[in-house]
Amino acid sequence: MIALSDYLILAAVLFSLSIAGIFINRKNLIILLMCVELMLLAVNINFIAFSHFLGDTAGQVFVFFILTVAAAEAAIGLAILMVLFRNRRTINVEDLDTLKG
Amino acid sequence: MQFEMSSLIPVLPEVFLLTMACVVLVVDLFLKDEQRIVSYALAQIALLLAAGLTVAVGSAETQIIFDNHVIRDPMSDLLKTTICLVSAGAFLYAKDYLRDRDLFKGEYYALGLFAVLGMMVMVSANSFLTIYLGLELLSLSLYAMVAFNRDSKAGSEAAMKYFVLGAIASGMLLYGISMIYGATGSIVFQEVANGIPNTDMNDMVLVFGLVFVVIGLSFKLGAVPFHMWVPDVYHGAPTSVTMFIGSAPKLAAFALAMRMLVDGLGALHADWQQMLVIMSVLSLATGNVIAIAQTNIKRMLAYSTISHVGFILLGILAGTQEGYTAAMFYTIVYSIMALGGFGIVIMLSRRGFEADQLDDYKGLHDRSPWYAAMMMLLMFSMAGVPPTVGFFAKLFVLDAVIRVDMVWIALFGVFFSIIGAFYYIRIVKIMYFDKPVDDAPLAPVGMDTQVLLTVNGLSMLGLGLFPAGLLTLCSAALS
Repeated sequence: MIALSDYLILAAVLFSLSIAGIFINRKNLIILLMCVELMLLAVNINFIAFSHFLGDTAGQVFVFFILTVAAAEAAIGLAILMVLFRNRRTINVEDLDTLKG
Repeated sequence: MQFEMSSLIPVLPEVFLLTMACVVLVVDLFLKDEQRIVSYALAQIALLLAAGLTVAVGSAETQIIFDNHVIRDPMSDLLKTTICLVSAGAFLYAKDYLRDRDLFKGEYYALGLFAVLGMMVMVSANSFLTIYLGLELLSLSLYAMVAFNRDSKAGSEAAMKYFVLGAIASGMLLYGISMIYGATGSIVFQEVANGIPNTDMNDMVLVFGLVFVVIGLSFKLGAVPFHMWVPDVYHGAPTSVTMFIGSAPKLAAFALAMRMLVDGLGALHADWQQMLVIMSVLSLATGNVIAIAQTNIKRMLAYSTISHVGFILLGILAGTQEGYTAAMFYTIVYSIMALGGFGIVIMLSRRGFEADQLDDYKGLHDRSPWYAAMMMLLMFSMAGVPPTVGFFAKLFVLDAVIRVDMVWIALFGVFFSIIGAFYYIRIVKIMYFDKPVDDAPLAPVGMDTQVLLTVNGLSMLGLGLFPAGLLTLCSAALS
């Protein structure tokens, strides 16, 4: 029997990996978008695990919404990536420096 | 569960706005470029009628519908009306700006209406699911609007930064929500609030979730240390979009904080109060000090936003009725101030010239005394100079904080407001006492925009002389 804590640890590891991926990655914006997706999927594991162990379906419904929104988010992200590439001919994270933030 | 048609009445403004956003999208397909004004008119009618409908369906009682996921109460009525009116103002200011830059397209209005719809959903959310959906509808529309000028390098870079940081914020928020769901077994705010006292071993899980929720929230509000996106997005986006992002979404972010922290997690007040204290102190310090070093007025106003967010957080963290009222008053006043401030930047710019450097404001009084006077009122209000309304907004917040015996943080707020006054009053000095560097005549501006600017500027004085009306509205909305 797999315990609830195992699922939570898996989700936490995936979540940390995605955060690390976003902050360590200095080369490619597409990897950054992948990390964002991974982050949302880690949250989904959390929701499903809690939903199963609580015997409550609200968590699973939430997951469907997250998946849908994640798809829309990826579409917008890739569209912005296209615009960026057309303007600057690069998707290197380090080259995003015209605005000193 | 039975579905009753009568439960649609409280969400009539949202239903109407959704319909109109789709209508704008479709009608725009059949318009020629010179008829684009029709899309604009439809969007304005939609916003004004949605504001009217909100008032019409509003009442003093609270209605909870759709299986407890949506709430309609006096707070949501007031915030929704303000959001619609402020957005209508932002569209009006933006009209000439967009036309001069070949950005006058129907998509701008469709995206804008969807963003307003997202804000309205957030304001009347009663569960984490609804608030998340509203937040995403707002954010996704705004990402696209920031990149609206497709040939602008700064615009696309700002959009990418906004998108990545916004997505991280949503991820953090969701992670926190999943923990809170696990600890309390529900995503509806009242049930979460009822579930908190019954949690025994879950206490750590709950606070863990709370930390992530507060991080996600502060990303969206733009509070230090999660403020990195604010200056870049404000700087890179077209000024009309900056104005839109800087005004109405702040009201929605306030509602987000109120619904999640107060309605849902009110029992954990002691825990989130400490986090908000740190964030508001850092926001006040960072925002006001870094703004002094800016030469670009859009960046300067971005840092000023961060410091204003610090004040809004001060009101919320007090945790009392007066505190929430003061924070709501501050947020509404701030959204009107930001609208006017960016409105002036838009009106001074023309095709090929953005008017975003401080030097562009030198000697504005000689070129247009009326613009300079309005800008002075807005800057005094942001700085908190009596008798403008910004003074009272700060006064109410500080009063609420002192009443809960947090005198040191009130002193801190006053100290940094004084530092902040420097860069607002510097603009007044530049406008009135410096010689103009730019002698080109000001771009002609339509009568409607001038009337709006006049109303906007004088409202700073009007609301400042008679703050009781708005304050009564706010306190009635929260009681």
